[in-house]
Amino acid sequence: MGKRLGPQTVRLERPVAVTAAAAVAGKMEGEGPLGECFDRIVQDALFGEDSWEKAESHFVREAMERAVQKSGHTMGDMDYVFCGDLLNQCIGTTFGIKDFSIPCFGVFGACSTMGETMSLGAMLIDGGFAEQVLAGASSHFCSAEKQFRFPLPLGIQRPPVSARTVTGAGAAVLSRKGEGPVIREITTGKIVDLGIKDANHMGAAMAPAAAALIAAHLRETNRRPEDYDYIVTGDLGRIGRDLAAELLAKEGFPMDERYTDCGILVYDPQKQDVHAGGSGCACSAVTFAGYFYPKLRRGEIRRMLFVPTGALLSTTSVQQGLTIPGIAHGIVLESGKGAD
Amino acid sequence: MEANERTKQEYAKMVERTSPKSPIGKNCLFAFLSGGAICTLGQMFRHWYFSMGWTEEECGLLVSVTLIGLSAVLTALGIYGRLGKHCGAGTEVPITGFANSVVSPAIEFKKEGMVLGMAAKMFLIAGPVIVYGTLTSMVVGVIYYLLGR
Repeated sequence: MGKRLGPQTVRLERPVAVTAAAAVAGKMEGEGPLGECFDRIVQDALFGEDSWEKAESHFVREAMERAVQKSGHTMGDMDYVFCGDLLNQCIGTTFGIKDFSIPCFGVFGACSTMGETMSLGAMLIDGGFAEQVLAGASSHFCSAEKQFRFPLPLGIQRPPVSARTVTGAGAAVLSRKGEGPVIREITTGKIVDLGIKDANHMGAAMAPAAAALIAAHLRETNRRPEDYDYIVTGDLGRIGRDLAAELLAKEGFPMDERYTDCGILVYDPQKQDVHAGGSGCACSAVTFAGYFYPKLRRGEIRRMLFVPTGALLSTTSVQQGLTIPGIAHGIVLESGKGAD
Repeated sequence: MEANERTKQEYAKMVERTSPKSPIGKNCLFAFLSGGAICTLGQMFRHWYFSMGWTEEECGLLVSVTLIGLSAVLTALGIYGRLGKHCGAGTEVPITGFANSVVSPAIEFKKEGMVLGMAAKMFLIAGPVIVYGTLTSMVVGVIYYLLGR
């Protein structure tokens, strides 16, 4: 097992290229600091559909079609599609990709889904089972509120620790050959549960999983935080990011400004009413596809550790008073000419 | 990172220290002002109906119906929900908040059908209020009866 660097980390035998990525985001995300980075900003929260769920599927379809188009391929060239979302039984994904007619793996990793789909896709290619894999994830503020919290028109106050679910979808085309940044190592997260029960405070629930994953990754690859231009978690938000940094410092890995979080980047806390930041599968998916991917491609980032984070809760588990276990998935991306 | 009890307790303290609290003072003030404003509006309607010649009892009924109607319309227009962000308990507690809590799930779950969607989910939030409101009034009623003997 020459590919395994440790209990959680693998190094791909031949780097897998990310030949294209696309991000389609909602109005509020478009008004945020990353607005210009997205491939398309959809002003209508319903995206021309008649329900929030169908709108989310539309985001998935749009992001995936754009990613494939940018890669210079057609949908028929994709050997597999990996995708997931937050809705029950992943209907956001199902109704988004059902007409693609590609062999499909539906994935649930809560908000860490983008990390999971990209990890699995890259491993599948490295294993020689596929040439091209389409990987993506989505979330929608309105469908998430409806499922996990309260109906939108209800007049309630949110606590300062809460986050806003990002509306949008991100997709990436992974390829055995082709130009683009490459995936080198993958660190798969373990479920970490430090007993947080507040479903409003998901940054706190996920921070221990993110810190544990980053620490495990650095140990198993024998690297230091300084070896990366960026270490980016998925959707911890401002409070969760600080908690993760504090936990990492205790583990002997002090973090500086190279460690940030997609939930911090995606919204402007001064102008936008988002409390702790952004969350949801699309938070890491659109930030990676829209903001980090082009930087990797242009060589402005040489190496980054991308760590989408997920809170593994359901409405049932929360109502039954269970804790909120967290998970994180790490992917090392390097700028490069691509795989050969 | 062994998740033993001590680690969990230490982490809970860390979270407590790092997380900002809700601004209770400001929330209370806004709730007081907005809740008071809604009650004042109700009182204005009451005077108005009274001047039109309705009886005391009829006025009370009319005021409730007017406020509920107003809240339902404002909820449907998406205005009441936005008020709630600033007013909090001020818009949640009065009868208008009750109307908002019935109308909002009815709108949200309309796509799931008139029976299993809108009608079934309508009392998602108001249901517990009715159940425990009725229960509490029964308990209070029994105490009142016993004290009155």
